[in-house]
Amino acid sequence: MPNPETDIALPDKSGYFGAFGGKFVPEVLLPALAELEAAYLEARHDADFKSKLEQELKQYSGRTTPLTYAARLTEHLGGARIFLKREDLNHTGAHKINNALGQILLAQRMGKQRIIAETGAGQHGVATATVAARFGLNCVVYMGEEDTRRQELNVFRMKLLGAEVVPVTGGSRTLKDAINEALRDWVTNVRDTFYLIGSVVGPHPYPMLVRDFQAVIGRETRQQFLERESRLPDYVVACVGGGSNAIGMFHPFLNDSVVQMIGVEAGGLGLQTNRHAATLCSGTKGVLHGAMTYLLQDGDGQIQEAHSVSAGLDYPGVGPEHSYLKDSGRVAYQSVTDAEALQAVKLLSETEGIIPALETAHALAFTAKLAQKTSQDQAIIVCLSGRGDKDVRVIQQELNL
Amino acid sequence: MSRLANLIRDRMAQRKKLLSVFLTAGYPELESLPQLVDIVADSGADFVEIGIPFSDPIADGPVIQKSSQVALANGIDLRRIIEQISEIRKTNDIPIVLMGYLNPMLRYGLRDFVTDAQGCGVDGFIIPDLIPEEYERLQPAFPPSSPGVNFLVSPNTPLARAKAIADLTHDFVYCVSVTGVTGARDGIATETVAFLQSIRQVVSRPYFVGFGISSAQDAARLAGLSDGVIVGSAIIRILDRTEPMAARLGTVGDYVSGLKSALEGLSDGNC
Repeated sequence: MPNPETDIALPDKSGYFGAFGGKFVPEVLLPALAELEAAYLEARHDADFKSKLEQELKQYSGRTTPLTYAARLTEHLGGARIFLKREDLNHTGAHKINNALGQILLAQRMGKQRIIAETGAGQHGVATATVAARFGLNCVVYMGEEDTRRQELNVFRMKLLGAEVVPVTGGSRTLKDAINEALRDWVTNVRDTFYLIGSVVGPHPYPMLVRDFQAVIGRETRQQFLERESRLPDYVVACVGGGSNAIGMFHPFLNDSVVQMIGVEAGGLGLQTNRHAATLCSGTKGVLHGAMTYLLQDGDGQIQEAHSVSAGLDYPGVGPEHSYLKDSGRVAYQSVTDAEALQAVKLLSETEGIIPALETAHALAFTAKLAQKTSQDQAIIVCLSGRGDKDVRVIQQELNL
Repeated sequence: MSRLANLIRDRMAQRKKLLSVFLTAGYPELESLPQLVDIVADSGADFVEIGIPFSDPIADGPVIQKSSQVALANGIDLRRIIEQISEIRKTNDIPIVLMGYLNPMLRYGLRDFVTDAQGCGVDGFIIPDLIPEEYERLQPAFPPSSPGVNFLVSPNTPLARAKAIADLTHDFVYCVSVTGVTGARDGIATETVAFLQSIRQVVSRPYFVGFGISSAQDAARLAGLSDGVIVGSAIIRILDRTEPMAARLGTVGDYVSGLKSALEGLSDGNC
């Protein structure tokens, strides 16, 4: 059962959200995780750190992001009023920069000169290369070889920003393998390297600190909606791959029992096909990348390849806090297919003049179904986590416009 | 006392250094393991570590990663590994330590895995992604009568923690020679020597060095600073060659004999 008082205070001292999370890592990483945790716990109460981060979010990334009322989308769907939290208007075009700025300030505070990161679609890689350039730190980004081909333009962006991009040829050559390789780099260069992880995954303290850096989304949204409507929304919807935009949006609402929250996973070609990335909807518990969480795995405990038209959701694990929120029942997790997400791209583009990222389109596709079961006096907020410019080629191929 | 504990006690009483060899189960072929264990045992390995392949081996370098991928493609899984060890045990009494990442064990059922491993004659476990803090939560799956977990320490482990790990570990401490992943390297890093010297000061349990050992000379030097050495990637690299299998197996045997001779040379008091 959800327990608002304790849910908001998680993880516990060992890094657990109920049965999920922890630190399942080689011993060699333990000193680095302890150092990171200590630095973060100190920084988050430090006025200087907080004001620096606030300044960067405001003057560099462009926060506060607007909460836009989607009048024509609302009218088209005919149900609850729909609001969009515009994370797409951040510098680099997505919510990823919130976390990248938080972690790079932490790295700087810890005196680390070398930043490593993993990336799937390239959005987190671009965000990391961006902040590394701004703070003058060396940056190496690991990216599955398969993804470097699918997202050639982002590879170029990272290089233009001065980062080194290393194609990963092991395993399935996608995001999970990029994380494996980043972890191997960290194991090797643990003393002077900061691993700037891109989602609420990995060993403790990452799921906690990435969530805290992304929680600015939900804090702003809650305040903006209260100011505008003098009430809370009925539904909050966000897409979930690793789950960083979703947890950032949901966390400040956890204590608001009137708010229903829905995380939307990538259903790929359909949950019955095994070609999807719906870890919470159809996965089982296990350990991957340092955390106990839900996973896509076979009967022998080998991790399976995920599939989604959206490279950013194409991951066979999920943040441990989402696993906890699923089991506690506080958040509902649903999935939509590739085809539904593509239709949602078209819908939002045509009704609101906003081309959403394919990841975000999953949240919109679910919202379209949800709206039809709601009444006009209700309100739905969708986390518009990123803009779709990076996906235009894929969308063009898939939609045959 | 277990086969492994007896072996370590006897060797140390004779002031001999131990040699352990790592083999990836299911590699190079699905059924290679029993023959390979016989060869390395006959060539002088004191105990063997059998690697359980995993799709996402974050502590392993390219050589063992590749062997794991090939082994999984060959169709290896935990049930087959346990069957193959039962087969080995019919004729070979060499101590066997299973080394693998946690997830396949959890999926099998950790308690069932420990029971079945014990049933087929396994003498211990190494789980590179299981630190003592997480082990505590899983400890009920390892009853006192079962084979136990042997923990790792690395050059950046604080000495007080290394001491606590040594107190907790079942039969030996696995010292990772450098901060890094598995894989044969040339030469010995300065940090390795300093690390092993400080381990000697605080750890009273047996401790072996692994990760990065390839030449007999390096093996002998590291054995001089510890109770023994563990060699993995260098063996897998031989098995990865394109020569006929018989030639590769012969080279593995010669290589292990060479390591053994280098270590035997030490035990006469050279170090």
